[in-house]
Amino acid sequence: MIKKSADVVIIGGGVVGSSIAFNLAKNGCNDVVILEKNFLASGSSGRCAAGIRQQWGTEMNCKLAKGSMEIFENINEILEVERNIDLKQGGYLLLAFSDEELEQFRKNIKLQHKFDIPSRELSFKEAKEIVPYINLDGVEGAAFCPTDGHANPFYVTQAYAEAAEKLGVEINTFTKALDIDLENGKIVGVKTDKGYIKTDTVVNAAGGYAKDIAKMLGLDIPAKAERHEILVTEPVNQIQGPMVMSFSYNIYCQQTPDGSFLMGYGPDNPPESHATNSSWSFLGKMARKTTNLLPLLGNLRVVRQWAGSYTMTPDSQPIIDESKEVEGFYMAVGFSGHGFMISPMTGKIIAEMITGKELSIDLKLELERFDKGNLILEPSVV
Amino acid sequence: MTDDTIICRCEDITLGELREMIEQGFTTLDEIKRVSRLGMGPCRGNTCLELAAREIARMTGKSMEEIKMTTNRPPISGLKLKELAEVKSDD
Repeated sequence: MIKKSADVVIIGGGVVGSSIAFNLAKNGCNDVVILEKNFLASGSSGRCAAGIRQQWGTEMNCKLAKGSMEIFENINEILEVERNIDLKQGGYLLLAFSDEELEQFRKNIKLQHKFDIPSRELSFKEAKEIVPYINLDGVEGAAFCPTDGHANPFYVTQAYAEAAEKLGVEINTFTKALDIDLENGKIVGVKTDKGYIKTDTVVNAAGGYAKDIAKMLGLDIPAKAERHEILVTEPVNQIQGPMVMSFSYNIYCQQTPDGSFLMGYGPDNPPESHATNSSWSFLGKMARKTTNLLPLLGNLRVVRQWAGSYTMTPDSQPIIDESKEVEGFYMAVGFSGHGFMISPMTGKIIAEMITGKELSIDLKLELERFDKGNLILEPSVV
Repeated sequence: MTDDTIICRCEDITLGELREMIEQGFTTLDEIKRVSRLGMGPCRGNTCLELAAREIARMTGKSMEEIKMTTNRPPISGLKLKELAEVKSDD
């Protein structure tokens, strides 16, 4: 049986929801319930490319990413659980295919240095030294951050969930939130398929379904779910240190610590959809992109392809805030394809907001920014 | 079969390790696959998923029909990227 009342109900058992639950409990608020309609990390968290990048083009993304990497680096001490998260810091090698893109990289690097992110521009020679088999035809320049890398999103989610449970959080998998009840404009409870939970505080951490959860309260949030595809190859000896990525060529490709390669690209104008099916055309196009840019990888066999939701906002930055319209409704949504890598800081910030603590970073990612129209667009998204 | 018997050959997972995961509460193939990589190797779970399903059924007292299989994803066999690059598709 699930709890009949809780101080906080978190909807979504992905890496963000688990991180929020742990951080709440750590701040002394452990009367917390997670509702996950499937299993932990079954949605976007477990379908993502497992990359962790700090090379961003907006102040908010830089701050969230840098703070999160520091947590990934010390996760066992912070969570007080012994779990391997397959952290690999082989860097991210970003490739520019035009002078304009290279100019953007230089601007980004300046911004990143303000937040002590150790990124820098690379010469062609340096890029070749890091990934000897890379084809630099058409490449105008490169940027590199050696502390970027990879972690296993299932393991990270499990680590947060295990740490949260140890501190008293109740995690209900295969339990679906059906509705959020309001009385006089205030939250009074959450209806689930396993019973009713009285609460005045709800966190929307529903990933691709964030918009649907907000709709339960009559709120329309710009968090558009779209299908992105990805594949994994057979494992081989370690040959590639960094994630190789380009926004204009539209590719990302990284070797994981177990030896397999994960790779994908962003679709052109995908429709709003919860679909996670695989397409044949992805396989062919992905293979052509990879064998052109990283010819050696043509010898790798594809083991499996899959898909998951990117949940895009108009400026490709998340919404991390309490709703101004419904008190006690917190949002950690719209991660635009980089929720996993900033989940440690997101959990920390949302927990600080809920428990009334001073925020560890000065964060302005409120929902209302989209109405005001003066958006700072994140330029660096695949 | 003993606890030392290898269940998943690609990822070197023993029956004992599988039983431990089921005891910890990971009672679906989807969860076991994700916490251990069982079934994620080059053979795509051809042997181990069926064996793991049987063990889940035995330990949880469920019938095999109640154990949900994982999503089947393409490709069916491991093709090389350079072979797939030849496949014509709408870009």
